[in-house]
Amino acid sequence: MKQLKYIALVLVMLLAAGTVGAKTLKLAMDADPVSLDPQVQLSGGMLQYSHMVFDPLVRWSKDMTFENRLAEKWERLDENTVRFYLRKGVKFHSGNPFTAKDVLWTLARLKKSQDFKALFEPFTDAVAVDDFTVDLKTAKPYALLLNMATYIFPMDSVFYTGKDVTGQDKDAIVKTGSSFALTNASGTGPFKVTSREQGVKMVFTRFADYWDKSSPGNVSEIILTPIKKDPTRVAALLSGDVDFIMPVSPQDFKIVGKAKNAKLTTMSGGRIITFQLNQERRPEFKDVRVRQAMVYAVNNAAIVKKIMKGTATAAGQQGPEGYAGYKESLVPRYDVKKAKELMKAAGFEKGFEVSMMAPNNRYVSDEKIAEAVAVMLGKIGIKVHLKTMPKAQYWPLFDERAADIMMIGWHSDTEDSGNFSEFLTMCADKEKGYGQYNSGNYCNKKLDALVLDAQTETDLLKRGKMLQEVEQILYDDAAFIPLHWQHLSWAAKNNVKLEAIVNAQNFPYFGDLVVE
Amino acid sequence: MFAFIVRRIIQATVVMLVIGFIGFSVKHQLGDPVRDLVGISVSMKEREALRDQLGLNDSFLTQYGRFLANAARGDLGHSFFFKKPALDVIFTKAPATIELVFVSSLIILLVSVPVGLYSAIYPKRFFSRFAMGVSIVGVSIPVFLTAIVLIYVFAVQLHWLPSFGRGETVNIMGWESGLFTLDGLKHLILPSIALSSIMLPLFIRLIRAEMMEVLETEYIKYAWAKGLSRKRVWLVHGFKNTLLPVITVGGVQLGILIAFTILTETVFQWQGMGFMFLEAVERSDTALLVAYLVVVGALFVVVNTVVDIVYGLVNPTVTIASR
Repeated sequence: MKQLKYIALVLVMLLAAGTVGAKTLKLAMDADPVSLDPQVQLSGGMLQYSHMVFDPLVRWSKDMTFENRLAEKWERLDENTVRFYLRKGVKFHSGNPFTAKDVLWTLARLKKSQDFKALFEPFTDAVAVDDFTVDLKTAKPYALLLNMATYIFPMDSVFYTGKDVTGQDKDAIVKTGSSFALTNASGTGPFKVTSREQGVKMVFTRFADYWDKSSPGNVSEIILTPIKKDPTRVAALLSGDVDFIMPVSPQDFKIVGKAKNAKLTTMSGGRIITFQLNQERRPEFKDVRVRQAMVYAVNNAAIVKKIMKGTATAAGQQGPEGYAGYKESLVPRYDVKKAKELMKAAGFEKGFEVSMMAPNNRYVSDEKIAEAVAVMLGKIGIKVHLKTMPKAQYWPLFDERAADIMMIGWHSDTEDSGNFSEFLTMCADKEKGYGQYNSGNYCNKKLDALVLDAQTETDLLKRGKMLQEVEQILYDDAAFIPLHWQHLSWAAKNNVKLEAIVNAQNFPYFGDLVVE
Repeated sequence: MFAFIVRRIIQATVVMLVIGFIGFSVKHQLGDPVRDLVGISVSMKEREALRDQLGLNDSFLTQYGRFLANAARGDLGHSFFFKKPALDVIFTKAPATIELVFVSSLIILLVSVPVGLYSAIYPKRFFSRFAMGVSIVGVSIPVFLTAIVLIYVFAVQLHWLPSFGRGETVNIMGWESGLFTLDGLKHLILPSIALSSIMLPLFIRLIRAEMMEVLETEYIKYAWAKGLSRKRVWLVHGFKNTLLPVITVGGVQLGILIAFTILTETVFQWQGMGFMFLEAVERSDTALLVAYLVVVGALFVVVNTVVDIVYGLVNPTVTIASR
């Protein structure tokens, strides 16, 4: 009997020791990851998940430089090759050791993924020099090789090799059906997935053998609940039901700011919101003076202030500050008088009627922004017939170029200026995929040449100049109506040190999160 | 009775076929499901290939034929988002909705009957007038506003009740129930009050009006003359006869209650069928949408059948078999 008591006592002490420092973070996001397979879909949500369960070779630091993760260091060997020295002694969640073989395997799978293959198109086969050295090679010199290395989250090649119970290959990338990788994951990241009920709840527990012993992170468990509605998410934080929410809608900034038990953090992000002017549908838009007049007519600073409640930065160009192509002199233009003069000079003093379309649930306050722009254009005689709709209906219409003026927001997957032009302002080329979202049909061969040359230019200073010239051309040509860059927002209870882990890419590094 | 049920099953099949057809026809207007499955930068060629693979490029008739053939085998399609059979998804979400509707109905029943009767019997008293006034306001407030106000007051300000979700559930023979844990019950309170708020005023007014009418009838006067107790006159002679129209309306309104779960569940992040439906619309998860419509259609038929049977039990002059 006495012995039993001792055993019980020891057990209680062990349990107590186990809970000391054990912190659970209740996290609410607008959606949960769609799959456990990091390569099945390229989206912000999936990348956020990847940073929790996997580790990239390198990752973005707050000041837009690269921080070593699974690659300890790297060096450029020649124009087409960068050598990565991998971290030793790293283990996957399954217990398998991490080696160069896993990097090669992961890169090969990325090139098969429908969503990632275009981004990894410049890459040729990688070479493993030894177990912990990998040469990444590109067909042509490629300035963004390190940017792309932030997308290489090595997967456990042994774990994902073979056949699952249904006889399907374990490495299959399946969009709509079941697959091994959909429900099983083994990465090197700070957290393991312990349970997942899609759309309801996901539980992550800290990986005991995580390689990064210097990480200050002390969260031992994360319970992720998706909460779709903005007001409900904020209420969940303010009522104390959750510890951390993302994103926070601008309407709720005031209420979170006033709350005593929570704090708000915002940061300027890289997503530009624009309107494109379709030159094929409207001959008027072929006249550069008309396009300029429209840019001059739109008061984007007022939109930022009134509609976005100051949670955006008014834009005059595609890429935000910090990007290679950013040019300080390209500021927003707003001058109704000048706009009217330009309209008169172009022979459209009386104005004309146009159609406009915008989504109403894709970007922050998208519908209100479109309404405001329609009114502003009305002031220079352009009568706008606006139609807004949910994104599910909007995208097919965007693909058809169904209106004269269409809204599009863009965030560069490569965190680089060139990406904006490749999708939004280069001449539409179905074969190569350039200008896929150029509903304005703006086409300028000189601009195309500059963007393509910038892809292979590895002298970063020279490259920056080229991309700045691109922005200057777009500015002078008034190729589109720039509005603003959306800000990112997070909020958490006071004891959650969230500032330290958030960044402009919106990939909070939860592994390093400190909860007091 | 047997013939009646057989007829109802045939009717249900027809209803479901029609709903399935309508759902199938509108799904092409709901956008492209492939859009939600790929990143925005994925090329048109890749998207087209995926559409082909999913059979979305086939003609309407081919797709509908395939849907019918599968439906006949009990397969209502595959949810693109959940990557599971649509029926499985719906059945895992159904308990949440059913429990919410059940508790709301209970609230409606327990509040509307006494309040309705009281204000019919004592129409001039302060409480009756107050109840009528509140019910006018109640009818005109949209459910999402009620929900937000409830969350703000009871979760954010007072910290009495949780703000979202179902809380702790227990699995009873495959049914994830929140009715048997304290945490689950706490989570149920606000959503079910919000949901019942849309129907409650209507039922109070309906019961009151019916009861007042009944109290004016000859047989009630006769019952008074016979010297029956007040309780007996009100509850047995009066109330029982107000029930008939209330049951009829109740059957119809139960369907509307299910429709309103879409809003309520979304505000409370309640993981039921209504929330699932709204998300499926936004994601153009068309297979799941069509399956939901068919299941809800079937539910309506079942509810109405039950109402008809109950009606027959309460009112002996209605014989089901002859209808």
